[in-house]
Amino acid sequence: MSSTLLIIQTLNGLQLGVLLFLIAAGLTLVFGVMDFINLAHGVQYMLGAYLAAMFVPLTGSFVLGLILALATALLVGLVLEVVVMRHLYDRDHLEQVLATFGLILFLNEGVKIIWGAAPLQVPMPQALSGTIRIADGVLYPVWRLAIIGSGLAVAVGLWLVVTKTRVGMLIRAGATNAPMVSALGIDIRRLFMIVFGFGAMLAGFAGAMAAPVLSVEPGMGDNLLILAFVVIVIGGIGSIRGAFVGALLVGLVDTLLRSFSVDLLRLGGLSPSDARTIGPAIASMSIYILMAAVLFFRPTGLFPAKG
Amino acid sequence: MAETPVPPVMPAAPPLWRRIWLPVLVFALLAIVPLIWGERFILGLVTRAMIMAIAALSLDLILGYGALVSFGHAAFLGIGAYAVAILFTHDIVDASIAFPVAILAGALFALVTGAISLKTRGVYFIMITLAFGQMALFTATSLSAYGGDDGLRMFHRSEVFGSRLLANDTTFYFVVLGTLLACFLLLKAIVASRFGRVLRGAKENERRMRALGFDPFLYRLAAYVLAGAICALAGALFANLGMFVAPAYMTWQRSGEFIAMVVLGGMGTLIGPIIGGIGVTLVEEWLAQITQHWKVIFGPMVILVAIFARGGIVKLLTRGDR
Repeated sequence: MSSTLLIIQTLNGLQLGVLLFLIAAGLTLVFGVMDFINLAHGVQYMLGAYLAAMFVPLTGSFVLGLILALATALLVGLVLEVVVMRHLYDRDHLEQVLATFGLILFLNEGVKIIWGAAPLQVPMPQALSGTIRIADGVLYPVWRLAIIGSGLAVAVGLWLVVTKTRVGMLIRAGATNAPMVSALGIDIRRLFMIVFGFGAMLAGFAGAMAAPVLSVEPGMGDNLLILAFVVIVIGGIGSIRGAFVGALLVGLVDTLLRSFSVDLLRLGGLSPSDARTIGPAIASMSIYILMAAVLFFRPTGLFPAKG
Repeated sequence: MAETPVPPVMPAAPPLWRRIWLPVLVFALLAIVPLIWGERFILGLVTRAMIMAIAALSLDLILGYGALVSFGHAAFLGIGAYAVAILFTHDIVDASIAFPVAILAGALFALVTGAISLKTRGVYFIMITLAFGQMALFTATSLSAYGGDDGLRMFHRSEVFGSRLLANDTTFYFVVLGTLLACFLLLKAIVASRFGRVLRGAKENERRMRALGFDPFLYRLAAYVLAGAICALAGALFANLGMFVAPAYMTWQRSGEFIAMVVLGGMGTLIGPIIGGIGVTLVEEWLAQITQHWKVIFGPMVILVAIFARGGIVKLLTRGDR
């Protein structure tokens, strides 16, 4: 367990945490404000990656491609809201789970039809494609730092919007008591639509930013969706702050345990072969154990939005 | 939801058609399938459909009668399947040992995870069952001695007291059909019993059940354990069907499919999830024959059912009777 590896893995954990936050932010708002379980939020992330894979080579510029991808992701989000989600706000969680499950099947396969089943690569912008020396003998890709930076910037922006603006106030009020907001004369349906479209765009942004370091393939959002759900349950449903803390926690715990669980178990006295067998299993389970523990002690998460 | 007072309406008994004739029709149709289509492919397909129906049936007990949306039910299928296959690699090939072990393993996992999950409600319950399902999945992938990611192969089906009875596809078909019927009748009796009425009462109005002196938690836990045990039995049969088990048996997508089967067929009707389980499996297969991109058609079908078909197929079939 060298300090170099620790630094690199901590940065990797931050990067995963930031991506998770971008996905979880939309998810927790949709969940908190509309009481709507959107399983299809993970495919929005996938869609962002695919749109980047299409628009970046098309325009020849990452920034231009990113803007087009975000606009399209927003549009798709709004269309889905009108066509599917809108009919399910007043329904059981069960029906919402079922409908958005169907949406996952449809979009995962639709992506396969349009772009093929083979993984795609997205070139990263030339200026940010190198590595940077962050400590003695520790090189780190600039693009990954850019992901962390942009994610933190979005987090700050989101915090400003949610705490300082009128829309943000309505969102917070909606997460606490939606019927009351509606009774005060706010068009809650329109608020829902804005929140949903915006959340879809944020997930798309995460996908587009992650595209150059991952392979873009169908179903890439499915596992991240589960992680994002773990994040918002840990953080407390409806809370942006909770999503942020939860995302970083999950990102760091998951990444660090994946690389160090075997070493830790050996330090704990297990034989090397046992540690190698058990380590990866414990690492994959760690965040679920974390979630179960948080729910056990704080059944509504760390920062519950509903008073 | 549990806190809102519900007017004391006695739910009308389901119409005779649904209670008696629909199950008779379904099971009669299943019984004559091997007589009409003897081909291996059809037999195997309908056997698989019936195994999925057993799993969906077990989910209906907690979902339909307890309003507990479990998003990790596929774990029990996997546990039952793995129990049989792992015993097989240790030369314990007889169903008289392997099947009870599979059922007990499912029940035990349900007891432990249920005791924790059932402390939570609503969406937190969905998420925590999902988490336990994922844990089971990752455990299976890390079992490197038993195939890890690649899964585990059995060289033949389980023996029954030393004989290779199940090797015959038609015999296996009727064993699965018999199991399905037995589970259906068992759950029907349980749902109608005092236990079932307490379970439904806790779903309608938890506070009132408490006031009557019942502890809903214990009843829900018992139902959860029973559902886990039955689903593990389905898993044991599933391992025998393909003579293969893999972690892919317990993905959350499969848990989602189970929910789809129950809701499509009709929650809280027992016969509905059987129809849903068989229907979904057959429709998937049929669409897969038409196009490799069958999910593009199946997905919107699920969405339409979720939005429009409240009460599922059974409600549609028996609409005129109410």
